[in-house]
Amino acid sequence: MRPFQQLDYIRLDDQFSEDERMVLDTVRSWVTERYLPLAMEHFEAGTFPMQLVPELAELGVFGPTTPAEYGGAGLNNVAAGLIYQELERGDSGLRSFVSVQGGLVMYPIYSFGSEAQKRRWLPLLASGKAIGCFGLTEPDFGSNPAGMLTTAKKDAKGWVLNGRKMWITNGTVSDVAVVWARAEGQIRGFLVPKGTPGFSAPEQKHKFSLRASVTSELVLEDVHLPEDAILPGSGGLKSPLACLTQARYGIAWGALGAAHACFDEALSYSKARVVFDKPLAGFQLPQKKLADMATQITLGQLMALHLGRLKDQDKLTPAMVSMGKRNNVMLALETARVCRDMLGANGISLEYQTGRHMCNLESVVTYEGTHDIHTLAIGHELTGMPAYR
Amino acid sequence: MKIVACIKRVPTTEAQVKVSADQKGLDTAGLSWMTSFYDELAVEEAIRSKEKHGGDVTVLTLGPSEASKDVREFLARGADAGVILKDDQWHARDARATAKILCARIQKAGAELVFLGKLATDRDNGAVGPMIATMLGWACVTDVVALELNGTQGSAKRETEQGIETVAFALPAVITCQKGLNEPRRANLKGIMAVKAKAIPEESFEDVPNQQQVQKVEPPPARKAGRIVGEGAAAVQALVDALRNEAGVI
Ligand SMILES: Cc1cc2nc3c(=O)[nH]c(=O)nc-3n(C[C@H](O)[C@H](O)[C@H](O)COP(=O)(O)OP(=O)(O)OC[C@H]3O[C@@H](n4cnc5c(N)ncnc54)[C@H](O)[C@@H]3O)c2cc1C
Repeated sequence: MRPFQQLDYIRLDDQFSEDERMVLDTVRSWVTERYLPLAMEHFEAGTFPMQLVPELAELGVFGPTTPAEYGGAGLNNVAAGLIYQELERGDSGLRSFVSVQGGLVMYPIYSFGSEAQKRRWLPLLASGKAIGCFGLTEPDFGSNPAGMLTTAKKDAKGWVLNGRKMWITNGTVSDVAVVWARAEGQIRGFLVPKGTPGFSAPEQKHKFSLRASVTSELVLEDVHLPEDAILPGSGGLKSPLACLTQARYGIAWGALGAAHACFDEALSYSKARVVFDKPLAGFQLPQKKLADMATQITLGQLMALHLGRLKDQDKLTPAMVSMGKRNNVMLALETARVCRDMLGANGISLEYQTGRHMCNLESVVTYEGTHDIHTLAIGHELTGMPAYR
Repeated sequence: MKIVACIKRVPTTEAQVKVSADQKGLDTAGLSWMTSFYDELAVEEAIRSKEKHGGDVTVLTLGPSEASKDVREFLARGADAGVILKDDQWHARDARATAKILCARIQKAGAELVFLGKLATDRDNGAVGPMIATMLGWACVTDVVALELNGTQGSAKRETEQGIETVAFALPAVITCQKGLNEPRRANLKGIMAVKAKAIPEESFEDVPNQQQVQKVEPPPARKAGRIVGEGAAAVQALVDALRNEAGVI
C-alpha cells in the first residue's frame, strides 16, 4: 500500500513535543501495519478484529491518560488526541472501540468509582483483559437521556435493575457494562458484569455504518446487583455527560483522522487518474475541492490542538468540546463525501478507504450528541437560552 | 557487557530527494528523516543481546540535535542510553571520517560489541562498520542474518550471494545487520512516557576532515519510454524478436 502522507499545510507538526510525535508515529505505524490490512474484511463481515485487542493493550491506547498506578500510560491530552486521530485514520470502528474503553468505561470508573472498583477494573481494562461498554441511550431516549426509563431499585441485598439500552458499542463483547439508571430519583452509574442473571447483550445487525464495530442492545430484567455495584461518586445526568465530554474530545481528533485518510487518498488518486488526457488533479474543479478540503482540515487541526492544550491546562469546557465535535465531524463527513465523488466508481469500492470512512462518519455525526444537539449546545452557550425543548 | 548500536538519520524512503544547487549533495530543505532501516535491526539486536546476556545498550549517532527523537524512540524500545555526537554536516562526511569519529566514542564507552546496519540507506557505502572494526582491530562480521553469543565467543550466519555462511568469531566484535536478522519491536506508550524526560547528551568530538570529496551528484538518468510491440497472440512473436534482436537478452 502507498504510504500515508498526512496533510500538514501550515507545519503544525512543529507544535508537537518530541514525545507527542513519538506517540503519533508509534500508533500510525501500528495502524498501517496491523489494522489496515484487515479493515476491508472486517467491515464487510461486520466484525471487530478482537484478535488485535492484546496488541492495542500492549501499545497502551486504552485509557491513555489514566495514571500509571492504575495501569494507564499517563499521557497528556494532546498525545491522547493524536492516538484517536491515528486510530480513526484506520477506521471509526477502531477508534470507537478504544474511545469507549477509555473515555466511557475507564474514565467513569476512575472518576466516580470506589478505590476497590478502580483497583479491580482499571488494570483489567487497561490491559485489554476486560472489555467494557457504556449504556446510556435507550430505544426512546437518545438525544434526551434525562428521560431514561431504566431504573435501579434498592432492596435488602443491594440493587435491582430493569430497563433496555440500545445502540451500545461493544455491548455483546463486554465483560462489564457501565449502565446508567434512575435510582431514587437520580441518575446513577452501575457496574454490571457479564453473565449477571437477567442481563443480556444481543448484537444489533444490518448496519451500513461502523460495521467493524459491535453494536448491541442491553437487556436488564430484574438484574440483582450487590450494594457496591453502584459508582459511588456518580450523581445526576452530569456524570454520564462528563464521560461524554471525554469521549467527544477524542472524537474531535478522531474525525480528523478519517478526513486525512480520505483527503490523502483522493489527492493521490486525482494525480494519477487521467481523464480527458490529463490528470484529474490538473482541472480546476478538483483543485477547488482539494483547496477547500485542505483548508477545512487544517482549521480542524488547529481547533483540536488548541482544545487539547486547554484540556491539559484544565481549562476546557463542555461547550468548547461541543464545537470541536460538531465542526470536526461535519468537516470529516463532508470531506469524505467529496473525496468519494472524486474517486468515481472506485469511491464505492471497499478496495479504497474513502467509501468506508464516509459510511462510518454517518454514525459519528449521530452518536455522542448529534450534530444538531451540539448546535443547540453552542447556541445555549452563546445566548444563555436553552432551546432543546 | 557494554553494547553500542550506531544509527544514522537518513531521508525517509518516501522523500522526494533533490540534488543541491552546488551539485555536491542533497537539498535538505523540507526533507523528512528517519533512522536508516538496517540500523533499526542493529538496535533491536543490541537490545536482544542485552536481554539474553545482560549488559547495557548505548545508541550512538553522529548527527543533528533533531536525531534525539530517533534516539529516544530506541530508549523507549529498551536501549539504556543515547549519545548524539552533534554534527549538522553528518550526511556530507565520508565513511572514514564517520568511522573515526564513532570509533573514538566507542572506545570511550568501553564497548565490546558494536552493531550497525549493513549500510545506511542514503549513501549505500556499507563501509563504516568494517572500517570501525579495522581501526579497533576487532573481529568484523558483515551482513549478519542470525547471531549467537556465548561468553566471549560468537557465531553468526552471513548472507552472501553464494548462500549462507556460518562463521565463528571472538569478542570484541563489530556486527553489521542484514534484513532477516530480527523484526524490530515497536515502542509502546508507557515506554515512551518512561523515557520522555531522559537526557540525551549532545557531545562534541575531535573533527576529522573528509578524505574523499564528492565531485558531483546527479539524479539517475530518466528511463526511456516503453513501447508496446503488439496486442494479443501476435505480440508474442514481436516481443521475442525485440528481446532477441534489439535487447539481445535471449
Ligand atoms: C453506531 C452507534 C454506536 C453508538 N454507541 C453508543 C454507546 O456506546 N452508548 C450509548 O449510550 N449510545 C450509543 N449510541 C447512541 C447515540 O448516542 C444516539 O443514537 C444519539 O444520541 C441520538 O439519539 P437517537 O438515535 O435516539 O436520536 P434522536 O434523539 O431521536 O434524534 C433524531 C433526530 O432528531 C434531532 N433532535 C433530537 N432532539 C432535538 C431537539 N431538541 N431539537 C432539534 N433536533 C433534535 C437529532 O439531532 C436527530 O437528527 C450509538 C449510536 C450509533 C449509531
